[in-house]
Formats: sequence, C-alpha cells, structure tokens
Amino acid sequence: MAMLEIHNLHVEVDGNEILRGVDLKVEAGEVHAIMGPNGSGKSTLAQTLAGHEAYEVTQGDVSFLGHADFLEMPPEERARLGFFLAFQYPVEIPGISNAYFLQSSVNEIRKSHGLPELDAIEFQDLLAEKMEQVNVPMQFADRNVNEGFSGGEKKRNEILQMAVLEPRMCVLDETDSGLDIDALRIVSEGINKLRSKERGFILVTHYQRLLDYVKPDYVHVLYRGRLVKSGGPELAAELEAKGYDWIRQTADV
Amino acid sequence: MIPTTSNALWPHFDEDSGRVQSLGGPAWLQTIRRAGVERFAELGLPTHRQEAWRFTNVAPIVKAGFRPALNQPGRTVTAEEVTPLLYCPSWPRIVFVDGVYAPGLGRLQGLPAGVTLGSLATAIAAGDVSVEQHLAKHASETSGFVAMNNALLHDGAYLHVPDGVTLDEPVHILYLATGAREAAAHPRNLVILGAAAKAAVVESYVGLGTSAAYLTNLVSEFVLGEKASLHRHKIVEEGAAGHHLESAAVVQGRESVVESYAMTLTGRTVRNELNVSLAGDGARAELKGLYLNDGERLIDNYLQVTHAAPHCYSRMGYKGVLDGASNAVFTGKVHVLPGAQKTDSNQLNNNLLLSGDATIDTKPQLEIFADDVKCTHGATIGGFPREHLFYFQSRGMTAAMAHAILTYGFASEVVHAIAVPELRARLAKYVFDKYSPK
Repeated sequence: MAMLEIHNLHVEVDGNEILRGVDLKVEAGEVHAIMGPNGSGKSTLAQTLAGHEAYEVTQGDVSFLGHADFLEMPPEERARLGFFLAFQYPVEIPGISNAYFLQSSVNEIRKSHGLPELDAIEFQDLLAEKMEQVNVPMQFADRNVNEGFSGGEKKRNEILQMAVLEPRMCVLDETDSGLDIDALRIVSEGINKLRSKERGFILVTHYQRLLDYVKPDYVHVLYRGRLVKSGGPELAAELEAKGYDWIRQTADV
Repeated sequence: MIPTTSNALWPHFDEDSGRVQSLGGPAWLQTIRRAGVERFAELGLPTHRQEAWRFTNVAPIVKAGFRPALNQPGRTVTAEEVTPLLYCPSWPRIVFVDGVYAPGLGRLQGLPAGVTLGSLATAIAAGDVSVEQHLAKHASETSGFVAMNNALLHDGAYLHVPDGVTLDEPVHILYLATGAREAAAHPRNLVILGAAAKAAVVESYVGLGTSAAYLTNLVSEFVLGEKASLHRHKIVEEGAAGHHLESAAVVQGRESVVESYAMTLTGRTVRNELNVSLAGDGARAELKGLYLNDGERLIDNYLQVTHAAPHCYSRMGYKGVLDGASNAVFTGKVHVLPGAQKTDSNQLNNNLLLSGDATIDTKPQLEIFADDVKCTHGATIGGFPREHLFYFQSRGMTAAMAHAILTYGFASEVVHAIAVPELRARLAKYVFDKYSPK
C-alpha cells in the first residue's frame, strides 16, 4: 500500500463540486507535481487533505500511512501523523513569535508519539540547526509568525516549519507563487534538502518554473476536478510549451 | 454650609468630610475640601442616566458605604509582603496601605537633586508652592466621585521633577489594600514635570491577598511643562471584591510627550478615567490599555482627549479580553477645539470575546471644531478567524490550544510595547500564565 492513497475523491465547497473523482498514489521518496489552470481544484485538494472544514468530502477515501480513516481525523491529528501543508497564503499571527509557535507545534507532535517535550534550550538548538539547513536568517525565530513578512519570507517560513516538523508527507500549495527568482531558488534548495527516501511530496503549482529547480518524479494535470493526464517531468515541459488550452481541448471532448 | 443631603447619597459622608477637615491644613486646602463637599451634594452619584456612566452601575459600591481609613490602615503590612510586588528593588518608591502613607515601606532615596518624591500631606505641610499651584486645578469634577475625593482630600503620592531633570529609573507608586476593615481610600496623586523633565512612573493598585470588599476612589493629576516626557504605567491588581474608581487628568504643555499604559488585570469594578488636555502646540499623547475581564467583573475605560492647540498628536489603542459573564465599557472621545489645526488623532479599541455571556459596550467618538485635521477611529469585537485556528491545527495543535495561544498573542501585543523591561517582563509572564495552554 502506498504511503498516501487518494481514491475517487469528490469534494464540495459551499455546495459546488470542485473535485470530481481524484485518484492518486504517492510512495515515500516520490515527488509528484500537480499542475493545472486556475480554478481546476489544486488548492481544494491541498486544503482537503489538510482537513479544512470548509471542504466537504462527498465521495471517496484517503489513506495515509495505512490509516484508512484519515479523512475523519481533525487537522491536528493529520499533522501529528506526519502530514504537512505548506500554505499558499500563510496567515499572520500577531504577538506570537515563530520560535514559540514552532516549539508548541513540535511538542504537541512529540507528545502524540509518546516522546518527551523539548525544553526551550533543546528547542533552540533544533531550531538553529534547521534554520541553517534551509538557509533562513536567525531573526526569523523572534519575529512574530509571518507578521510583516514579505511574500517570499512567508514561503521560506513555511519551508522552515516543514524542516522543523519533519513530516512524512509534504503538500506544497503554490509555494512558488509570488516569489522572485532569488527567493524561488532559496525555497527550492530548501525543498531539495528535505527530500528523502522516507518523505513524499506533492507540489501544487501553476507554472513549470518551480519544477526546473525541484525535479519531480511524476507530473499530473488537474483539470475541472480530475487528474486528466499523468506523466514524467517531460509533461511539465510540454504544458509549458503548449499551454493549458492544449489540456482543455483534449479533456473537454 | 454643609448640605444635609450628602449623608443620603453616601452613608456618614458629612461626618467623614468633617473628620478630614479637622485634620487641618492651609486655608487653600480647606477651601478645596469644602468646595468638594458642596459639589458632591450638587452632583450626587453617577447614575446610568448619565452618558458617561451609562453601563457602569455604582449602586453596589454606594450601598456598601465604605468609610475612609484616614490615619489607620486595616492592618500592618510587612516589607516581606511588599518585596514580591516590586519590579526592581532599586527603583525609588512610595507606598500607601489602605490610602494611609507607609513611610517604612518606601524608598525615597537615590533621586537626582531637586526632585521631590513623597507624601502629598508632607509636601503640603512643608508649604510646597507647586502643590498649592497645581492641586485640584486640573482634575475637573467629572462626577461626584471626584468631588468626594476633593472633599476627603488628605494624602497621596507627590512627584515633582524640576526643569531639565531626567529620572534614570522609574518611580514606583504602590497602593496596597488590605481589605481588613472594608474601608475606602481616597488617594490623591500629583505629578509635576518641569520643562524638558523626563520621568517614568509605575502605579500599582494591589489587593493584598484579600477577598474582602473595599473601595479605592482615586484622583490623579499630571502636569507636563514644555517638552517634558512622561511614561505612565498604571497596573490595576485590586482584590476580587475590590472596587477601583479613578479619574486622572493629564495637562500637556508645548511639545510634551505622554505615553500611558492602563493595564487592568483584576478587581471587581474598575473604572479608569483619563482626561488628557493637549494644551500646548505640538504635544503628543500615546494612550494604550489592556483589560483582562472575566467572571462577573466590570471594567470601564473612559478616555477623553482634548486637542486644544494646533499640531498635536494623539493615539488611543486599547485592547480587551472578555471572558465569563463580565462586562466591559470603552469610551474614547476626541475633542478638537477651534484653532487646533493639523490635529492628528486615531482611536482604536479591539475586543476579543471569549464567551457568549461577556459584553462590551464600545464607543469611539469625535467632536471636531477645526477644519484641517486628520482624525480616525475604529472598534472591533470578535473571536479569531477560522483561518488562524486552522493554521495552528495544521501544525498539530488543537483548536483549544490555538485559542489559548492566540489570546496570549492578542493581549501580549500591548505588553510588548512597554519600554520598561522589568515591567514588560512581569506583565508578559502574567498574560502568558493566564492564557497560555495549560
């Protein structure tokens, strides 16, 4: 059984069906890219997997690490199992430092695995190590969560969280959007450093450019709530060359 | 002539005001007291029919009929009891117990030459001309409680920083209530900063481990000369049944700067009234507050800023956390008088509602009689956005934990703006311990 298995997933938002039967298997160590035009359901898939209550699953199922009841779990339990969503629009939390936020997060996850909590000093060491790993400036620790961060800094902060929490499955929702070329390179390097045999990735993206830096094993095209095309990295290049109209023409018939 | 109606308003008022007058003092002081008696009879006690007291019911306080302790505190307070209340042992401090000056607990040394810190009664007895010049000249009788304070005026904290002098350390003014005699205190603070003088003041109002009912009826006056700078921090930690009613007046000279923090942590009924007069060209006032409400408590912050001169700047930023069946009131009034051109003013009141039974009445108001001004105001009441909670949950934390951390973050923003490190650290810990996940 694959680490993440999505079977015939149908999702509604405010009564509108957005996902209309998605099937996908992701093994540990694999990187899958999901591309698609705006409105195809990419973010819906990411938010549904993370457990946002506004997304109602009407059909289908998802299993993660053998947990067939994954969709019944509240978001925090999914995170504790090792599921991670890097948000397209990370929220700003005034008054709470990044370090405190992440320490609380790490300790909740550790507690759920029966591990002792990290004290402030142990956590500082961990955080410093991870900041170096993904090339994030030390000031990030004391700044309030995403408050006053530029678009690029917010995305880098998501990668830092991913590094600290060491999830098994990472879904990156349009992490490349709003990044200039330097920020895109830094973020991509961070992702590449976190690739491992134990960890799976789904990169949700509109453009090919992220995939120039982070080489996917598989590329899927999501269109009108279904994965209409799957292939290797060459599919991304083809999409870039031909545009999404090419998909529309083949899929709408 | 003393009107005979006062006893009907407040039990034993005539007798108590007579006792205060019999303590003696210069003629000008007796005049203030007698005028207070008369004004009290005229004004009576505030009722909900008065706009300024619409949501603040003082009937339970009146009914209790608290009487002033005068020269006799409810019990003796030891230095060991005071130590944990100090933010820094080296700060100069003045201590009152049940409104009665406690010289043995204070520390008046270590101030620069020319600075006076001491009891108001002592300064009056010594014939301090600045006291005569300013006492009761700035706090207007906005309610019967101010008149009552004038009528019973006896003692309080007095700080005078002469022209050009800067205090290196904050001055700590501590009022301790023992609750031992269910008494009232009517303290009077007077702070005078000369031209270009700089000072930080921390005022603590503490119920000393008491669950008894009592009243602190406080009036404070702050006078700032040209280019003076005052950082004022008022920390209300009254007892669970302690009532605290305050009217403070701040009068600012040309280009003076006030940064004020009103932090209401505990107390049964707390009213922080702050009247700021920007009387000199280019004066600036930054007024911040935090109120943490729960149970069945009442917290009323009543602020008035009068822009009386051009080029003045004022900010109000008050935040409240409202839990249980508590009630909170926020009134922020900005008056821009004719001629106060280039006024820059903003009012903001944010309320976090943690319980469906808690209430907040918030009213930012503007009254503008000048045409070239920039005035904005706003208020919010609510909980946390779903997206914030989801963000925490997606990182492994429960919604309950997210609530607690977000509440801490909301409240700690005001605390983190405080410039005095010892105070900031203590308050941050208080807010953290109160709201952070257990």
